Formats: sequence, C-alpha cells, structure tokens
Amino acid sequence: MKTSQAFFMAFSSLVSNKMRAFLTMLGMIIGVGAVIAMISLMDGMIGYTMGSFSDMGADTITVNLMGKGSKVLSDKQMYEFVDTHEGEFMDLSPSSSLQTAVRSGDRTMKNETISGVSESYAQIQGLTMQSGRFLAYADMLSRSKVCVLGTYVCNELFDGADPVGKRIKIGADTYTVIGLLKEKGDSSKYSADDCIYAPYTLISRAAGSASPMGYTLKMKDPERSTQAQQELEDFLYDFYHDKDCYMVTNMASLLDIMDDMIGVMEKILVGIAGISLLVAGIGIMNIMLVSVSERTREIGIRKSLGAKQRDILKQFVIEAAVLSTIGGGIGIVIGGVATTVLGNAIGVSCAPSGKAIAIAFGVSAGIGLLFGYMPAKRAARLNPIDALRSE
Amino acid sequence: MAEDRTTQTHLIELQDIYKIYRMGDVEVRANDGISFAIDSGEMVAIVGKSGSGKSTIMNIIGALDVPTEGKYYLGGVDVGSMTDNELAEIRNKQIGFIFQQYNLLPKMNLLKNVELPLLYAGVGDADRRERALASLEKVGLGDVWKKYPNQLSGGQQQRVSIARALAGRPSLILADEPTGALDSRTSRDVLNFLKELNAEGNTIIIITHDNSIAVEAKRVIQIHDGKVIFDGTSEQYKERINGK
Repeated sequence: MKTSQAFFMAFSSLVSNKMRAFLTMLGMIIGVGAVIAMISLMDGMIGYTMGSFSDMGADTITVNLMGKGSKVLSDKQMYEFVDTHEGEFMDLSPSSSLQTAVRSGDRTMKNETISGVSESYAQIQGLTMQSGRFLAYADMLSRSKVCVLGTYVCNELFDGADPVGKRIKIGADTYTVIGLLKEKGDSSKYSADDCIYAPYTLISRAAGSASPMGYTLKMKDPERSTQAQQELEDFLYDFYHDKDCYMVTNMASLLDIMDDMIGVMEKILVGIAGISLLVAGIGIMNIMLVSVSERTREIGIRKSLGAKQRDILKQFVIEAAVLSTIGGGIGIVIGGVATTVLGNAIGVSCAPSGKAIAIAFGVSAGIGLLFGYMPAKRAARLNPIDALRSE
Repeated sequence: MAEDRTTQTHLIELQDIYKIYRMGDVEVRANDGISFAIDSGEMVAIVGKSGSGKSTIMNIIGALDVPTEGKYYLGGVDVGSMTDNELAEIRNKQIGFIFQQYNLLPKMNLLKNVELPLLYAGVGDADRRERALASLEKVGLGDVWKKYPNQLSGGQQQRVSIARALAGRPSLILADEPTGALDSRTSRDVLNFLKELNAEGNTIIIITHDNSIAVEAKRVIQIHDGKVIFDGTSEQYKERINGK
C-alpha cells in the first residue's frame, strides 16, 4: 500500500471516529497548550526582569557608605581613587538621596526620592534629554536649586507638558526644572522614569550629611568587573578598616547571578514541560491500545484481505501521528491565546515564543509517533484467525 | 500416507497436512493427515461437524495459517512454509474470502469496502474505483455503492462481501459458511450466485456443516476427526447420507 493511501485511510478512520479522536487529542492539546503558555510567560517575565536590571547599568559599580564615627570619605578622595585607577574605572558620580514631598501648584507627590548626582551621571547611566539640559559642573559648585525630571514625574506634576523653566517645591525649597529626560522605561511608578535628579552637593546637605552617601562608578571593561570591585573594596577597607562601613554592589555580577538563576529556572521548566508532554503521550498510547483491542476484528478483516504487517503498522502509526499533530496544532493556538491573555492580565508583554512552539510541537509529534508505535506494532502482529474470531 | 505427486496440474494440492495444537499436556490433532487436490474451475464443498477440523483446513487453504506438517501447494507454489508477509500477499492476490458474518467494515461505504483488497494490492485510484464498481455491479449493487453496510439486509451484505472477494480477481474463492447467517430463501440466492460464478470459470470452495448446502457443490469432501472420510461427487455424497 502506498503511504499516501495510508494517510488517506488513517484520516478517514479518524473522521469516522470523531469522539475517540477528540479524546485522544485532548491530552495533547492541554499538554502542548500548557507548555507553550508556561514557557512563553516565563520568557516574558525573565525578559521584563532582565530589562529592568540592565536599565540600571551593567557596567557600573555602586558604593553605599554607612560611615563610621568621624571617618568621612570625601568626594575629593573618591575622585583621586578613580584618577589613580584609570585601568579599571572611567568616571564616577557621587550620589545622595532624599525622600520628601514634591509639589507643583496643587499637585503633590508624597515620598518622592530625589537623587543627588553629579554632571557625569547622565553619561554613566546613558541618560538622554527630551528637552532642556542635564546638571552641569557649575551647578555642583554653586549648589544651584535646579533639577531634572523623569517622564513619570513630569506626567504627574505637569500632565506631560514641557516642564523646563517651571518651578517645583522639593521639601521647603523651590527648584527650577532645567531638563526633562527621555522615557527609558514605561513611564510608570517605580520605573526608571520615576526620578528627579539634583546636584549632589545640595542634596547631601539637605539630607543632613557633609559628604555624599554613595558613589556610582563606571567601569572601563565590564568583563573585568570582579577585579575592579576588588580594587575598590581594597581602597575602602584601607580607609575604614571595617567591612561594615560600606557596601559595594556590582551590577555585572548581579546580572551573572540572575543569568544563573534563570538558567536553573529554565531547566526546571523544561522538566515540567517534559513531564506534561510525557503524560499526554501516555494518554495517546492508552487510547491507541484501547483502540487496537476495540478494532481487533477490523484488523483481522484487513489482514484476511491481504494487509501486511507493515500496512497495519503504517495505518496505526499514521493515525497516531495525525492525531498528535492536529492535537499539537490546536494546543499551539490555545497556548498562544493563553499567553497573550495571561500576559495582559499580569501586565507583562508576552509573545508565544518560537522556541516553545518548536519544542512543544516537535515533542508532541515525536511522542505521538513513539507511543503510537507500540500499540501499532501489537496490532500488526495480531494473528488474523484470532482477530477475525473476536467480537 | 499419500505418495508425492506432481504439483503442476492442480490448483490446490494438500499433501499429508497435520495441524497440531498443544493445550497444556494435551495434544489436539485438528488435522490428522489430510490430502486432497482441487483443480481450477471446480466447485467443492468441504463438509464436517463443528470440531471436525474443517475450519482449520480452511485457514490453511486460505493462507491464514500454516500446517504443522505436510505440504500445501497453491498454483504449484509451496505456501505451507511461507512467512507472514508472503501469506498476506497470497491472501491478497490469490484468495477471495466470503465469511459467514460478511466481515464488512461498518465505517466505510460499500465501494470503499470492495476497494480494500485492491488498496492493499497497490492498485491506483482510478483503476481501483473502476474495478470495485464493476464488481459491485456484478452482484447487483452498483447503484447503491454510497450506502453503508448497516443500511443493507443480510443477503445484500453477503453480496457485497462476494463483490469484495471478486474484486481482486482471485484464483480461488473461499466461502466459510456463506449462508450461515441467512434465511433459506436468501441462502438459495447466494448459492445460485456462487454457482453462476463457478459456471463462469471461478474455482469455489464452500466450507459448511450443512449437508443440504454441501450437496449443491459438484464435489464434496467430508472431514471427520481431522481426517478425510469421504471425497466424491455430490451425487455419491447424497447416496451416502441417504443410505445412512
């Protein structure tokens, strides 16, 4: 028998047994759908998380100073450190922060964080201007009451109108807005766009500190971040002789850790996906086995008419393959829809990942063939006399 | 014991066929040294009570089974020692089965049912359809080929199974209790049809337990306890049973 004829025969056999075919496919549909939804949603979440992390700058090291008694590390000493370690560091910006209410007219934002930074911060973090200018060196020296806004703050206070030249109240002081940053995140609260930058000299003092509370350093080569971190920690230890006085955070090594965690998560996911699809495959095998015993007489008739072992084998394997392919196809559609709907519900943009579709479909077709083969082999080996005698 | 005969002249030649089943320690000899030959164009009834071994010999003649011992030549070819796939080929090309229970596939229409043996023979689509339709027309069901088996009466279903047996142009038609499930009038129709086919040159073997069916054939072979106890014309057989 030709394979094309075997295909046609398998197809018409499935059409004439719609209920059985549907039940067989159900396991595949649910398995494939769940796997695609799961992998795609995880991919979306991972992408979202990684995106937020790299927004913070993968080539920076931040230092937070808790301080110790009278020992105060001045910004001058930090600049000297960077100058003497040109091999590792390119630039730095002191940073201080202040949490207070921000007002403009009748609009108030409670508990907004104002970051005190230097003029080089924009370059370190890759900030670009929508309008106006960033802070300048002169602003540091003169402690000018000027600030730069992120789009979220601008939307909240000015409904998105160009804020340059307007005045806002930060705590008790009045600041002039000199620039608006380009949108970096999605202009939502806690995103990269929820920010106000002012001269660190001013903010340190407002926060009641004589010197900056921390520093952001830009590395020359993120590949050598461990070495750079070591040099910085050595320098700080030499100064304080106490590890509890400072905290060094390396974004690059954080990203490495994230990568590792994601790798583990993906492995677990693949495991879960594999189990789901295996269960679906066993479902197919189960129904195919039932179908073989149910159709023993049919097999007997076919054999008495001259069907060879391989004809029967072909028929049942093709039936299993067609079932799992159609089931897999429907599962892909359902998985895709579920991904989009669930993604919208949790507010993460997710697209059904091509990788997930390829894996789910490949595995479903493969498992269908594999688990369809065993019952088919059994059917093919049936003795025609016994098969004909069965009711 | 029969001596070795030439295998060229007969369509079917059985030489000392034994079929032995072991059920635990008990040895059951379903065929206990059966020998006979059937020529092309004959119409033969193999008759015997249930348990006589007639079904076993039918399975061997029909290439559904192989003998434990002995030789079976079909058209001069030794079938007795063939593999599974070679037997399938023989069933497909040489033998047309007619069963007591018709054995049509319920989910296929009549045409598809009749096409089945041709499908397994690898006959192309157009040719297959044409031959199946011609076969259905021959049994008078050409115009209802779209129907399904369960829409037909028993007699009609048996005619479909005859059409299916004819479609492959076999050298032998093997009918196992072909009238067993039919009333006497329909039985007569089916028998007459088989006689017509024989008159056209087809070789027909009917397996039955019913003497009234057996005597309709030209020749009768009676099997009892796995052995041939009578082999002669139907007239001789009538005398034998009437004499008892």
